[in-house]
Order: sequence, then structure tokens, then C-alpha cells
Amino acid sequence: MSMHNDTLKQLSDKLANKDISSVELTQHCIDRVNRYDDKLNTFITLDEEFALAQAKAADARIAKGEANAMTGLPIAQKDIFCAKGMKTTCASKMLDNFIAPYDATLITQFNNAGCVLFGKTNMDEFAMGSSNENSFYGDCQNPWDLDCVPGGSSGGSASAVAARLVPASTGTDTGGSIRQPAAFCGITGLKPTYGRVSRYGMIAFASSLDQAGPMAQTAEDAAMMMNVMAGFDPKDSTSVNRPVEDFTAKLNHPLKGLTIGLPKEYFVEALNPEIARVLHEAAKVLESLGVTLKDMSLPHTDMGIPVYYVIGPAECSSNLSRFDGVRYGYRCENPVDLDDLYCRSRGEGFGPEVKRRIMMGTYALSSGFYDAYYTKAQKVRRMMKQDFVEAFKTVDYILCPSTPSTAFREGEKCDDPISMYLADVFTVAANMAGLPALSMPAGFVKGLPVGAQLIGNYFDEAGMLNVAHQYQQATDWHTKIPEMFL
Amino acid sequence: MDAKGIRRIARLARLSIHDDDIPSYAEKMTKLLELADKLQAVDVSQCEPLSHPLEITQPLRADEVTEVDQRELFQTLAPEVERGFYLVPQVIEQE
Repeated sequence: MSMHNDTLKQLSDKLANKDISSVELTQHCIDRVNRYDDKLNTFITLDEEFALAQAKAADARIAKGEANAMTGLPIAQKDIFCAKGMKTTCASKMLDNFIAPYDATLITQFNNAGCVLFGKTNMDEFAMGSSNENSFYGDCQNPWDLDCVPGGSSGGSASAVAARLVPASTGTDTGGSIRQPAAFCGITGLKPTYGRVSRYGMIAFASSLDQAGPMAQTAEDAAMMMNVMAGFDPKDSTSVNRPVEDFTAKLNHPLKGLTIGLPKEYFVEALNPEIARVLHEAAKVLESLGVTLKDMSLPHTDMGIPVYYVIGPAECSSNLSRFDGVRYGYRCENPVDLDDLYCRSRGEGFGPEVKRRIMMGTYALSSGFYDAYYTKAQKVRRMMKQDFVEAFKTVDYILCPSTPSTAFREGEKCDDPISMYLADVFTVAANMAGLPALSMPAGFVKGLPVGAQLIGNYFDEAGMLNVAHQYQQATDWHTKIPEMFL
Repeated sequence: MDAKGIRRIARLARLSIHDDDIPSYAEKMTKLLELADKLQAVDVSQCEPLSHPLEITQPLRADEVTEVDQRELFQTLAPEVERGFYLVPQVIEQE
């Protein structure tokens, strides 16, 4: 059986035609996880019985003619989304014993569509990291080279889809956590506009930046998932109340007449020249499809990492204050008093990177430093946003690399947080501005995938997916599967 | 950022840190602050802070009860409870 070579769209058609059942498909994915996941460590939790029961229910729904395009499809969920009755850990010792008492809105949406909740994927602890090396449940590997990281923080979600253990997954993106692992693993990952997808029940990291999105083989599959995920949720105060379109409707529009900008700040010395070559080839493909290319500038690009590493930690230090060892989560042994209970529960429950970011954020928000760091970063953030507002007056989309290098080796950047943070140098800007952005496979350098990033204007996910889909009609990079997992 | 600074911030953040780890935290925090200090090079005198990327305000809803009481369910997750209360080490001195 070769179901794992199929995209969501192909599987959806096969389910509709009754060529396969959801139970067969789900069992096939379970078999692949059991066969391969000891090499990759992509899943923290996989409840096989639960998944098969949902698959059975989906088959019944299909038989009754009550299915939609997503019914019966197994989707892996990043272990940052609460799923009722299921362990939800955020890859932290702090939540190792946490059974979520409710469903995140995103989980409810996939359940309502009849999807199979196919396990909870590995990630960097509390989504803080770019390599999946900060997980309490161990590192996750890149299927293209098991000595390399899959990227992060949504590393398990990216690796599982790249190895075709599951046809698609979800991720969250605060500074690049969907797009960077998507690029490293050779899949398509979309960070929607801030506020497009509900964050209710998604464990918070940095509230002015976090956004959930699809991680899939193709732009078409990501569009199908967006039809499930996007939309206003009164339970999330940052959710945008705005009608949602059919994200698949525009996929086949011709690209003629579109202008795509190439920002000079992204084609700099820090960029691996081989990746620059891949990006220029991708630009040529788009040109051949009728797009006009335009050189452009985003002058404050180099401020992205400093702004991100003030705002992200500041907001995380506030969000993670809820973990106190009292109401849920880890509690230290034999606390001598309440203060000892707080300090040791948090000191023992959080890993080193999370503690570092909490401390950085605490410092940036502390009396006497608030204006110099947090307020200053918010002001520079506005300038970064303004760069994009100006840019979108003359271009429809922006094309740039997703990452400055291909996947790096495990351990390579562990001792130097700054070099690790620079892995996000090309992805953070879209989070600062709240813009939608995606990464799509555009080639290989020395056997490792390269991601091309498209950044679009606010709420133009459908248009970006159109560009990516047309690119994927003209290229076959997105169809490549690592040999070990064929 | 020296050892004293790390202890002060760890205290503010209610994080216990092993003494052995303090030099490593100090070294990495210093690098992080150097990174953050790059912001000082930008002139932001004409600029207001951006706190919401779409610059919309928080919506308000009617002040009505929307959640049902699930105390028992939630307390099954707590490390220690008694008669509906969350237990912590004693904070009020006995006479």
C-alpha cells in the first residue's frame, strides 16, 4: 500500500470514492509510526485506540453521505493544543502529568470536520527553540539526515509529515516555528495572519506573536486545512472577527499580472550562497508563470532578532507565571514554604532555555528597564511593520529564503543561544508585522531541503496559497520523500 | 550581567537556580543583553509602540456567566487538594 505517498487531497478523493477507508488509512499511519518513529521521535503521545475509534466514526459519516473534504483524514497535532482527556505537555516536565480538561478550539474544529486526531507531536519546550533540542521527551530527528535537527519549535510536526508518517499536521509560529522546520524538512508550512486561527486552548508563549497554522505536503493541502482551522472564535480575545473565504477557491488562478518583490536585506552575506541560487531559480519559475519580479527593500530587517528576543521573552515571562505548582502541573517534593514551592517547582519543572527566556523577559520588564527594552522593542516593531506596509503598496507578495542555512547538525548550536536564534533571522519579521507567510520546498543543497518563503499582505492567505500551488504545479520539490522512508 | 544580577532576576521570576549553573546563565544572559542593546541604535523618537500587530482593541462581551462550574474536574489535575481547596504549605502563622 502506498497511501503514505498521497497528499491530503488525493486521500480525500480516495475516501470519497471509497477506494480506502479511514480505518485503513489510520492503521497504515500507525504502522508507519511503529516502524519508523524510534528513528525520529516525532510523537510524544499517540493514542492508537482513540485514533481508530475516530476513524471508524469518520467511515460511518462517509457511508451516510455526511462527509466533507477533510472527513476521515488523520492529522497530527502539535502537543501545544489541549485535547480533552489526552496528555498535553508542551514538551515540558512541567506538564508531564497534565491531562487537558477541555479541547482547544482548533481541536474542536478538526473533530467537527471528522478528522482523526492522530497523536501529539514533539516540539521545543513551550515552543521555545529552533531545533527541537529543548524537548523534555528527547530530540527529534530530521528524516533527510538523522544527524540533523528538524528545526523548531514544531519539529515533530514537520518531521512526521516529511517522513510521511502522517499526511499533515499542525504547528504554531511565534518567530518562525512553522516555517523554519517546514523548510528544514522539505514540507509546506503556513503561518496565517495574526488572529486568523483561534488560540483558545493553545498554550501561550508570546501573546502578541503566536499563531497556529497548517504543516502539509502541498499548498493545496494547507488550503484544505485552513478551511477547517480559520475563523472567528469569541473565546479568543485576539481572534479577528472577519468572514473566512474558501482557501482552495483561488488555487488555480493564473499568476499573470502579479508582482513579487525580492527584498535585498534577505540576500546578504549571512545567506548560504547555494540557498541564494535555489531562491533565484524559484523566482525564475514564478517569472515563467507570468509574475513580474521587483527588487525591493525592508530596511529594518536586521532589527528582527533583537526585537523578537525582547518581546518574545517579555511576554513569555508573563504567560508562564501561571505555572506555580499549585493548580496543575509539576510540584517539587517537600516544599518548606510557599515561596520554596513556587521557586523549586518552576526551577525543576522548566528546562534551561525556558528559564533563560523567562529571566530575560523578567529583566526587560523590570522596574527601570521597561522603557529601554520592551517599549523600545515595540517602537522598532512598528518600524518593521511600516516597512511592509510601504512594500505592499508596490508588490503583491514577497519572496525570500525561509532560513539562512539548511538543517544544521544536532548539538551544533546548543552552546551558543545567539547562533541558534539567528536560525530565525528570516522568519521573525512576519510575526512582528502579524503578516501571513509560508515556506514551500524549492530545492536541495547537499541532500537537504531548502525552503522558499512567501510573505503576503494581511488576510491574503488564499492568494499566497494560489502562488505556492501554481509554483508546485510547475515544480516537483514538494513530492520528494527521504529515501529511508519511501 | 553578574552572579548577583542573575540571582536577583531569578528571585523576581521565582525560579530556583543551582549555584553551579549561575556562571553559564550569566554568560548567556550577557550575550542576550548585548543582542537587545542593538535596538538602541535605532531612532524611534517619531514612533509609537506597537502592542497589537493589527492595532485592534480587545473586544468586550456582555458580563454573563459563560462557563459551567467544573471545579471537581479541574481539581483532579492539582498536586494536592482537600475539600475543594488547593493545598499549599502553611502561610499563616499559628498562635
